[in-house]
Amino acid sequence: MVERRVVLHFPENLIDQPIVSRMVREFSLEFNILRANITPQQEGLMVLGLAGKRVDVDKALRWARQQGVSVQPLEKNVVRNESVCTHCGACVVVCPTAALWKDPETQDVIFDPDKCIACELCVPVCPPRAMEVAF
Amino acid sequence: MAKTYAEINEKIRKGQAVVVTAEEMIDVVADAGIRKAAKQVDVVTTGTFAPMCSSGAFLNFGHTDPRMKVQHAWLNGVPAYGGLAAVDLYIGATVVAEDDPLNTEHPGEFRYGGGHVIQDLIAGNDVRLVAEGYGTDCYPRKRLDTWLNLKDLNQAFLCDPRNCYQNYNVAVNLHAERDIYTYLGVVKKDLGSANYCSAGQLSPLLNDPYYKTIGIGTRIFLGGAQGYVFWEGTQHDPTVARSENGVPKGGAGTLAVVGDMKAMEPKWIVGVSMLGYGASLAVGLGIPIPILNEEMARYTAVKDEDIVAAIVDYSRDYSHNEGRPLGHVSYKELKSGSITIKGKQVPTVSLSSYPRAREIAAILKEWIKAGDFELTEPVQLLPSADSGQTFKNLKERPASQEGR
Ligand code: SF4
Ligand code: SF4
Repeated sequence: MVERRVVLHFPENLIDQPIVSRMVREFSLEFNILRANITPQQEGLMVLGLAGKRVDVDKALRWARQQGVSVQPLEKNVVRNESVCTHCGACVVVCPTAALWKDPETQDVIFDPDKCIACELCVPVCPPRAMEVAF
Repeated sequence: MAKTYAEINEKIRKGQAVVVTAEEMIDVVADAGIRKAAKQVDVVTTGTFAPMCSSGAFLNFGHTDPRMKVQHAWLNGVPAYGGLAAVDLYIGATVVAEDDPLNTEHPGEFRYGGGHVIQDLIAGNDVRLVAEGYGTDCYPRKRLDTWLNLKDLNQAFLCDPRNCYQNYNVAVNLHAERDIYTYLGVVKKDLGSANYCSAGQLSPLLNDPYYKTIGIGTRIFLGGAQGYVFWEGTQHDPTVARSENGVPKGGAGTLAVVGDMKAMEPKWIVGVSMLGYGASLAVGLGIPIPILNEEMARYTAVKDEDIVAAIVDYSRDYSHNEGRPLGHVSYKELKSGSITIKGKQVPTVSLSSYPRAREIAAILKEWIKAGDFELTEPVQLLPSADSGQTFKNLKERPASQEGR
């Protein structure tokens, strides 16, 4: 089993095609849509977490490319510098994937790297600059 | 039976004082009742950790050779105020480096300002001082460019004219067509967030709503060290509307505080950058409250559900001193993660760190239990609800057309 996070760009003619559902069905993958939106130029963008056998993940991505989808690995990582984070919560509201969230019991701010799509929105919003971009 | 400060301090010295945090006091009172709790508990500790913009530091770096009367000065490129004698400086938390792009590309990042200089000094980092003077007969030198380190300064004390706001607004964005960038963080458009900034039930002045024990001379936790309240804070406004329990429903009392930077820790004094707004300083502050009588036991048992804050529109009403609060909401609701405004579920955002507030109250408790921190009786109390003192906005008397 491998897990991989990829950024898919769909050209306009493919936006309404059920590419992702076919991809995961035919190659028996588990998937998690981390982010999906359509840009003003009618380009579809999706950040996808895929899990399955390594060969199947590779085959599925090759197949998607053949359909005309551009596939890029999610290379950047956003990490939290734990010694700098004050657990204030200013970041929570800008995170589009709820990778940053506040535990209502303890009021601690939790960071789930698995849900992070490295959009970097939290980076300038964090008052002490605890969120850092790592390459 | 009422207790005195002297009796409580005697117990602290003997290691017999019963000290609980303001969170723990809620349970003590719920279990034992006010009367017993007032007898059992000697001190309740509080804490808060949040950006507090009206902060700064006085620094004296000693005479140069030849001597110099500093007129203009910069610390790591950030202007410091030199209009004090020869080698005294004041650096304010919100001043930014002279080459900062500010909001020219909105929202500006405000990466480095006075608050960061103060944190760098406390962290023991070298800070570059550039200074200019005009030269006098006794102070002939005109220019200085040197590294400074906190340990070599004669005095370095944090001196904050307004910290520890008793309560604060909850900011929302009703009118703007985009997110707005404020000192309460990013307030999302279309009622997309409700931003607040208070530790609620742990916050010092919410546990002593009428300032019956916190006053001039009160010893406090400031930035990881022992500091003092030296005056009412600027904009101290004790006569605002209060709930039945005496707790103000909005910003009210404030404190001016002072403490030795050489004893502070960079964990508790943190330079911050508020996107689109400016630089500031997050300050960790905690105050012990003596349980002199049942009245203080009752105040310190205050719970998040009994403390409310006003919801204010920051996209128009706040800036233009218009409108009315959209309502009031309790800190219990705010801390649940979302509140309902105009029928809409709105996620809440905090700028104040409750986990750090809790840590401060716990540290203060340990200091007192260990006998390292005794309580001080204020030499003078602060103006309270019966003082008639209010906070006024400026009544302009235009001196020219330009200021309009
Ligand atoms: S905004 Fe920064 S400091 Fe505050 S909780 Fe988020 S990561 Fe931590
Ligand atoms: S970069 Fe920050 S805002 Fe974006 S998904 Fe990751 S944690 Fe959330």
